[in-house]
Amino acid sequence: MATTEVNPAKTVPSKLVLEHLSKWFRTSTLTVHALDDVTFRIAEGEFVCLVGPSGCGKSTLLNIIAGLERPDRGLVQADGKTIVGPGPHRLVMFQEASLFPWLTVLGNVLFGLKLINGVSAEERREKAEYFLELVGLKKFMHSNVHELSGGMKQRVALARALAPNPSVLLMDEPFGALDALTREQLYGDIQRIWSQHRKTIVFVTHNVREAVCLGDRVILFSPNPGRIREEFAIPLPRPRDINSVDLARYSTEITRVLKGYVQTEVAG
Amino acid sequence: MIARWLAAGLFFVLLVAAWYLAVKAHIWSPILLPSPISVADYVKSAVEDGTLWEATQVTVRRLLIGYGLGILVGLPLGLLTASSRWCQDTIGVLALGLQTLPSVCWVPLALLWFGQTEAALLFVVVMGTLWSLIIATDHGVRTIPPIYTRAARSMGSTGLHTWTHVVLPAALPFLLSGMKQGWAFAWRSLMAAEIYVTILTGFGLGHLLHYGRELNAMDQVIGVMLIIVVIGLAVDKTLFAPIEQFLHRRWGTARQ
Repeated sequence: MATTEVNPAKTVPSKLVLEHLSKWFRTSTLTVHALDDVTFRIAEGEFVCLVGPSGCGKSTLLNIIAGLERPDRGLVQADGKTIVGPGPHRLVMFQEASLFPWLTVLGNVLFGLKLINGVSAEERREKAEYFLELVGLKKFMHSNVHELSGGMKQRVALARALAPNPSVLLMDEPFGALDALTREQLYGDIQRIWSQHRKTIVFVTHNVREAVCLGDRVILFSPNPGRIREEFAIPLPRPRDINSVDLARYSTEITRVLKGYVQTEVAG
Repeated sequence: MIARWLAAGLFFVLLVAAWYLAVKAHIWSPILLPSPISVADYVKSAVEDGTLWEATQVTVRRLLIGYGLGILVGLPLGLLTASSRWCQDTIGVLALGLQTLPSVCWVPLALLWFGQTEAALLFVVVMGTLWSLIIATDHGVRTIPPIYTRAARSMGSTGLHTWTHVVLPAALPFLLSGMKQGWAFAWRSLMAAEIYVTILTGFGLGHLLHYGRELNAMDQVIGVMLIIVVIGLAVDKTLFAPIEQFLHRRWGTARQ
């Protein structure tokens, strides 16, 4: 049983609890220490961004929360229960195109819904259409995946992840491969959807500005081994514009701190 | 589209015309190179007296049974070798080795084991199809981007569901090319077997070809060869082309 410790800033119980997580990857030639003693909590409905250079273990951490990987040491809980495997309450939206090319857009969104028991075919269809509408792609529901642009594909991936109604949404650099303009549209979409549906979101990125634009909190990681270095609360009002000056002030500060770590790592 | 058809038609007309002119020039003896007209006459008479239709039926039936058996056994075995290291090290290595064996090499063994029977022919076809199908299936499953299975697992898909709803459809383009290759191998194996193995339970196209040689009837040899080519083409266009077109539309893969 998890201790029901209350976060003094928000009187909301913790949705996710990670305590002293460590993870190693062993191959025949080397051992990589991916995560070292990572501890943090995420409140219900919170939007948390994990930021760090590549190799800092942030994607591994996301996979552990998703239940796709197990930690070597430490505790990871969702709603007070230890995470032992993947489940429809914590869905992942991946960086790469993870849509299934053998299904239509609608078929992709239905995939996760069909894995939930006790939902009738009509209900599934209604939900799928609702979420496609939400991401603005309802009229493309019978399209094939390869006919969509990169931004549309990630919108479908978002609808697919939202449709089974997960309480936690895990996003692994979902906009990394998109052009700047498309990304900015999606920042707007994701903020709108988050404020409407109040999911707990863990968002992994190496883009500091993106993290400041989206997160209530930004957690900074450093690599070799992956460790939490610092946390920043972002109390800016929403919806946020990625090009605003207030936002730039935060991201400049965080970038400065991040560079400091990267340089000391190199020097040391 | 019409222009393409015309160009293709013109090409084959020119090919036959060149053949005809070569015969007219009397460079080779007409016994070695019969004219297209005498080949056409043979095909016409063979169609009319029913030999060709009967031989085609016999051959295609053997082919379908052998190929079907090959798929039925090869597909699951390929899935096994792709999913278990133990199977990969055993069945996988065996398949890789036997795949390099030309299928006609199975004929002596088949004759000694089964005698001059249908079983001998089927055995040769299955051996010709099976191993390459295992290799193709194994390769197809291994080539699937791991992101598909990870995405499916994160949505709660497990075990058999992941296999039937993710792995198999994702591997479909590879499975299809494996099945196409398997079909070509089955066709080759059967012709080799029919030419070498004379059995009394049915004369196939290979037998017709063989007797053409025995009788020095070159018009029959070339006529039967043409029929074999036409059947191969027809199967490709009616059986595989529609599936390829579907894949092309869905996957957006380039098809040429």
